Amino acid sequence: MASETRGEPATGVNFTEYDAEPPITQPALGPLGWLRWAWRQLTSMRSALLLLFLLAIAAVPGSIVPQNREDPGRVSDYLDAHPTLGPWLERLGFFDVYTSVWFSAIYLLLFVSLVGCVIPRARVHLRAIRQAPPRAPRRLERLPEHVSLLAPAGTPAGASTDAALDAALAALRRRRYRVVDNRTAPPAAGASAGRPGGWGERSISAEKGYTAETGNLAFHLALLGVLVSLAWGSLASYSGQAVIVQGSTFVNSVIDYDSFGAGRLVDTGTLPPFSATLKDFVVEFETADQGNQFGAPREFEATFEVVDRPGAAPRTAVVSPNHPLDVQGTRMFLVGNGYAPVLTVRDGAGNVAFRGPVITRPQDGNYKSLAVAKVPNAVPRQIALVGVFLPTYDLQDGIPVSQFPQPLDPRLMVNVLLADPGVDGLDFRSGTPQSVMRLGPGMTMALGDDGQPLKILLAPGTSAPLPDGAGTVSFDGLTRYAAMDIRRDPSKGWALGTALLALVGVTASLFVRRRRVFVRAVDGADGVVVTVAGLTRGDDAALGAEVAAIAAATVPEGGPVADPGGGPATDQSTQQTNGQTRTEEQS
Amino acid sequence: MAIEQELAQASNWLVYSAMAVYTGAFGAFVADLAGRGARAGLDTARDQARELAPVGSASSVGGSAAGSDVVLVAAGESDRPERALGIAMSLTWLAFVLHVAAVVLRGLSVHRAPWGNMFEFATTGAVVVTAVFLAVLRRHDVRYLGGFVIGPVLLTLGLAVTVFYTEAAQLVPALRSVWLLIHVSVAFIASALFTIGFSTSVLQLLQERRELARAAGRTPGRGRFMDALPSSVDLERTSYRLHIAAFPLWGFTLIAGAIWAEAAWGRYWNWDPKEVWSFVIWVAYAAYLHARATRGWDGRRAAYLAMFGYACLLANFLVVNFFAVGKHSYAM
Repeated sequence: MASETRGEPATGVNFTEYDAEPPITQPALGPLGWLRWAWRQLTSMRSALLLLFLLAIAAVPGSIVPQNREDPGRVSDYLDAHPTLGPWLERLGFFDVYTSVWFSAIYLLLFVSLVGCVIPRARVHLRAIRQAPPRAPRRLERLPEHVSLLAPAGTPAGASTDAALDAALAALRRRRYRVVDNRTAPPAAGASAGRPGGWGERSISAEKGYTAETGNLAFHLALLGVLVSLAWGSLASYSGQAVIVQGSTFVNSVIDYDSFGAGRLVDTGTLPPFSATLKDFVVEFETADQGNQFGAPREFEATFEVVDRPGAAPRTAVVSPNHPLDVQGTRMFLVGNGYAPVLTVRDGAGNVAFRGPVITRPQDGNYKSLAVAKVPNAVPRQIALVGVFLPTYDLQDGIPVSQFPQPLDPRLMVNVLLADPGVDGLDFRSGTPQSVMRLGPGMTMALGDDGQPLKILLAPGTSAPLPDGAGTVSFDGLTRYAAMDIRRDPSKGWALGTALLALVGVTASLFVRRRRVFVRAVDGADGVVVTVAGLTRGDDAALGAEVAAIAAATVPEGGPVADPGGGPATDQSTQQTNGQTRTEEQS
Repeated sequence: MAIEQELAQASNWLVYSAMAVYTGAFGAFVADLAGRGARAGLDTARDQARELAPVGSASSVGGSAAGSDVVLVAAGESDRPERALGIAMSLTWLAFVLHVAAVVLRGLSVHRAPWGNMFEFATTGAVVVTAVFLAVLRRHDVRYLGGFVIGPVLLTLGLAVTVFYTEAAQLVPALRSVWLLIHVSVAFIASALFTIGFSTSVLQLLQERRELARAAGRTPGRGRFMDALPSSVDLERTSYRLHIAAFPLWGFTLIAGAIWAEAAWGRYWNWDPKEVWSFVIWVAYAAYLHARATRGWDGRRAAYLAMFGYACLLANFLVVNFFAVGKHSYAM
C-alpha cells in the first residue's frame, strides 16, 4: 500500500524514501516474472481497496439469509419455503457465509495483501527511524511553510548565528523533535565546507511524528493478530448448552451437556470438573398495566451453588443476564428460561412409567410453551403426550392462549399418542442423542368421542385417565428451568488486546502528523536572520502555525525581515552554489 | 423502580418544542444559503464588471460607475444573510437546549440512560448530531453546513415521534449493563460525525460538478448558493477530518460491543445481523480511508465510498432493527 500514497507538493524536497514508485519496466515475463507481477498486483493499494469492498459486500448475505451457526431451525424453514432457490444457496454456502470458501478467500487474500504491503513498509520505517533527519534544503523559502525573522543585534539570539541556532535547537527539542545540528554533522556526499550539505553549515534539521507510521503499521499487524486470535479461539475453545431444572445439578462433563462443540485442541475428556446446582430462580415481569410494556421481562436471577472442584467447599453465585458465572475461566451464561411441569405417568399396568419435570419451549412472550413427554417404558403401549403449557390460561375465540408470562393460572393441554400394539413407536436409536421433540413413526393420535383428537386439560394437582386403558397422567407441580450457555475461550484476551492495539494504532496514524522543520541562520545587516521552514506529509493545516511558533520561540524579540526573500547572505550563497548539484534528500 | 410519567410527558413536549425551533433554524439556514447565493451571484457580476472596465478603458467612467453600483447593491444585500445566519445559530442553540432537556427528562423518568429503544436512540442520537456540530463550530467555521445538519436532525426527530415512539419504560434485563452506556454513547458520537461528514461529502460532489462545468466553459445549473460555499477541495478536507474523527470511535463501538457480547452471550463475535452491518460500515469507511490515500481514487471516488458507508449506517439503524432476526432484535 505504500507505493501509492498521496503525492507531495512539488518542493524539491519530499518524503521520497517512503513514496518510491517502482520503476516502470516492461520485460518479457517468465513464470517468476508473472509471479512477481501477481504479487505486486495483490499487494497494491488498489487490490486492498477492491478486497475491502468485496469483504463488505460478502458479509451482507449472512444478515439476510438465516445462518446455521445462529439457528439451524430457521435454515430448514427457509429451505422448505424456497424449494428452488434454497438448495442453490446451500450449495454456494450461503447458510454458512462466514466459513464459506468465498468469504474465507476474500479475507485471506486481504490479509496476504496486507502482509505483503506492511512488511516492506515496516523495513523502510525501521530504517527511517534509525536515520537522522535529512540535511536542510538550499532554498528554504521554496518549502510550503516558511518564516524569516530578524533577531536584532544585542538580543540573545541576535548575538551570533550560533546563538540563534542554539535557541532553535532548544525550541525544537522542547517540541520533541529529533534534531540534527548541521554545524557538526558529517557532510553530505559531494558538498563543500560551509555550504548546504557541507561541514559547518549553519542550519538545523528536525523531524517528528514517526508515531504516525508506527501506528499505521501497528494497526495493520494488530488486525492480523485479531484474525490469529479468532482462529486460535476456534481451535482452543469449547461451548455447549445445558438446561438446568430448579433443584438439579449440572456437572461440567460432556455427558451433562444437551449440545456440545469443541475445537481440535480441546481434550474433551478433561474439562474442569466443577458442578453447579440451580437453587433458586427468580423471574419477574412487568405488571403495570400501562403502555406496551405489560408482561415485558424485568428480572432473571438464578442462584447457583457452585463446587469449583470435587471436594471444594460450595459457594453461592447469582447469575443474571450480563452477569455470567465464572469458574476458572469457564463461563456460564443465562440465555433462556422456561417452565418444567412435573408429571407422573402411570401405564396400563399401574406402574409409574415416568415421573419428573418436562422441559417446555416458550413460543411467545407470554410463555405459551411446547410440551412433549415420551414414556417409552409404558406397557402395554408406549405413550407420548404432546401439547402446550400455558402459564396464565385463557381461551380466545376457542384457541387456548397464555395471557401473562407468570404462572397465575397454569394449565397443561396435551394430545395423547399411543404406539400401535407390537410396534416400538418411540424412536430411540441407541447412542444417537435426539431431540426430545421428535417422535418416531408408528404412533397414533388418540381420538375423543367426537372423532377429534382427544385433548386433556390439566391444572396443577389434578390428574386424568388416558384413553384405551393406557394409564393415567397427573400434573404434580411446576418448576422452572434455566437454559445456560457454557463456554471457555482462552483466545478472548488476545482478541481484545490486539483489537485495542489496532484502535490505538489507527488513531495515531490518523492524528499524528509527520513534520520536518529546517532552521537556518545567516548574518544580516543589523542582526541575524533566522529562517524556519516546514514540510509535512499529506494535509496539515496547522503546519504554518507550528513553523511560526518555532520561529517565535527561537527569536522571541524578532521582527520582520526587510527582504523576506532570504536576505543578502542567502542571495550570495545561491549565486555561489549555482554550479553545484542540487541538494536533495537521500532517497 | 417506578416510571415517572409526568417527566416522560414533559420530555415529549420538549421534543416537540425543539422540533418547532429546529424548523425555524432550518428555515433561517436555508434563507442564509439563498442569500449567500444571491450575494455570490452579485460578486460574480462585480468581478465581471471589474474585468470589463480595463477593456473598455475609453469608457472607463461608465465602467467604474456600473461597478460601484453593483458594489453598493451588494453591500445593501450582504447585511440580511449575515442576520439570517445569526438567527439560525441562535435558534439552533435554543433548540439544542430544549432537546438536551428532553433527553435528560426522559432519562430521569426511567432512571437510566435514555437509549433503550428506537425512539430513545433517535432522540438521543439527534441531540448528539447537533452537539457535535456545535462543537465542531468552536474550531472551524462550518456554519454553512447548518441546513445539512439540522435537516437530518429534524427528519430523525420526526421519525422518532411518529414511527419509533415508545412509551417510557424500564429496560429488559438483557440491556441492563454499563456497556449499554459506553457502547451506545460512543456509537452516537461516531454516527453524528459520520452524518455531518456525509453532508459535507454530498456538498463536495455538488461543488465539484459545478467546478467541472465551469472549467468546461458551461454555466452550472441550479444551486447558486453553492458559489458561497468553500471549494470542493476544501469541502473534501473538512469531510476527511470529520471521517477520521469518526473512524476510531466506530472501531471503539465495535470493541465495546464485543466486550458486552462476551459478557451477555459468551461469544464476543456472533455474526448477528447488527454485528455484520457494524462490521460492513467499518470496512466501508476503511475502504474510504484507503481510497483517499490512493492516487486516482482520492476526491470524488473516495467520497462515493464514504457515502456508501453512510448508506450502510442508515441501513443498520433503519432496516436491520426492523427486519433482521438476531440477538439485537430487542433494540426495537
